[in-house]
Amino acid sequence: MYAVRRWSVRHARGLEIFYDAFEWVVVALHPLWKRIGYERLEAPFAFLERVVKGLLFDCQMCGQCALSSTGMSCSMNCPKNLRNGPCGGVREGGFCEVKPEMRCVWVEAFEGSQRMKEGRELIKVVQLPVDRRLQGRSSWLIVAKQKGEAREVKPA
Amino acid sequence: MKFDDEPAPGLPLPVLPGHVSPGRLERVLRAGAFAVTAELDPPDSTDAEEVYKRARIFDGYVDAINSTDGSGANCHMSSVAVCALLTRIGYAPIMQISCRDRNRIAIQGEILGGAAMGVANMLCLTGDDVGAGDHPQSKPVFDLDCMSLLGIAKSMRDEKRFQSGRKLTTAPQVFFGAAANPFGEPTAWRAQRTAKKVAAGADFIQTQYCYDVPMLKRWMQELDDLGVLGKAFILVGVGPLKSAKGAEWIRRKVPGVHIPDAVIKRIAGAQDQAREGKQVCIDIVNEVRDIKGVAGVHVMAYRQEETVADIIQSSGVLAGRVPWYPTRDTTTTTPAEATL
Repeated sequence: MYAVRRWSVRHARGLEIFYDAFEWVVVALHPLWKRIGYERLEAPFAFLERVVKGLLFDCQMCGQCALSSTGMSCSMNCPKNLRNGPCGGVREGGFCEVKPEMRCVWVEAFEGSQRMKEGRELIKVVQLPVDRRLQGRSSWLIVAKQKGEAREVKPA
Repeated sequence: MKFDDEPAPGLPLPVLPGHVSPGRLERVLRAGAFAVTAELDPPDSTDAEEVYKRARIFDGYVDAINSTDGSGANCHMSSVAVCALLTRIGYAPIMQISCRDRNRIAIQGEILGGAAMGVANMLCLTGDDVGAGDHPQSKPVFDLDCMSLLGIAKSMRDEKRFQSGRKLTTAPQVFFGAAANPFGEPTAWRAQRTAKKVAAGADFIQTQYCYDVPMLKRWMQELDDLGVLGKAFILVGVGPLKSAKGAEWIRRKVPGVHIPDAVIKRIAGAQDQAREGKQVCIDIVNEVRDIKGVAGVHVMAYRQEETVADIIQSSGVLAGRVPWYPTRDTTTTTPAEATL
């Protein structure tokens, strides 16, 4: 929902703190997820993620969430799917070239990023091309698996 | 500027140490000369002569010619084909690549194909929305954005591989560019965005139309503060406005073009508005040429391409230099095409 999406950008710092804690828990539970099986968890996690992030950010389920780097404004809501900043066509007042009634997601992203601690710098990092195979998958699980496996390797 | 190692028209220049491409544009820029590029409006036709006719208008005034890729989301002859025709007789095109119509498989293939045809410069763009053009019913692709395209293009050149990691037998030797709009919102972030493009791989930047020099200066200063100026060449976009009414229309209808009231007033107050529009453009070229970090101008004179020669001539930015064109170095009247 558009109004909620904009609320999320206004509360980017709070959401950043919340997500950091949430990610810590999800990654810590990696051994449990592994025992249950990541594939078996995919459907319920994707469902949950879609509902929660759909409400908060109008999440498009790209499967490689960059919200922490985009001021809590989902860049997949940009009609051009820009993941690295606004196009040259932003209208006066910061409105979208393609959908004039919508605020440019990148104008929002910059505003949100300035409220964040790490997001303030992360927005300057170049995002990689989107992997379209991940569309619809839970990015939470992907993060849990990647970071969890990295921790497993470390002690050895 | 005449290079000692100028090859036969249609053949690449030797790639000098520290250079990435066999093209004239990079040579001119790295030599510190003020570069001029112009935009060619591709024909709705299969007649190659139409492309040459449109290129010849710029003879003797431009170092490279931008070939647009379905600009404004309108259908025209493809950019790669226009470029292939141009390189055949020795012109230096800048092949525009938009992310709107092709996915990464097609785009990477086109970078290879273009480079094989002798294209030494490519401009990586996101592209206009399909709704802006004559086929609003088509599917926008946007598999990549300009930034990720730049990254992929750069790794094709420097790491000799596709995005997939698969090796290329010969890498494209291309001078890669990107666009910038110093005048669009959010203005406070525009320099940062350009810095990101340069970090992603842009060797040169061509800007949106500049009608507001103080605003450009602020953006250039910010680029300087971000340490971008030494890393990429900045070509400022300029163009003549035909009339005050036309300028009003552009300001209202073309997203991203910023024209201050004072400019429109100045044109409206003139007897001959087209002439004044051209004079405004010449004045802007003269104002921007001395800004620290400005390496050249990019003239976009849509449907008034014949004014480019006059704008460049009157501003004197070439300082007596004559950029290459097919018959520049031939003393006979034989067209260069005949020597192929």
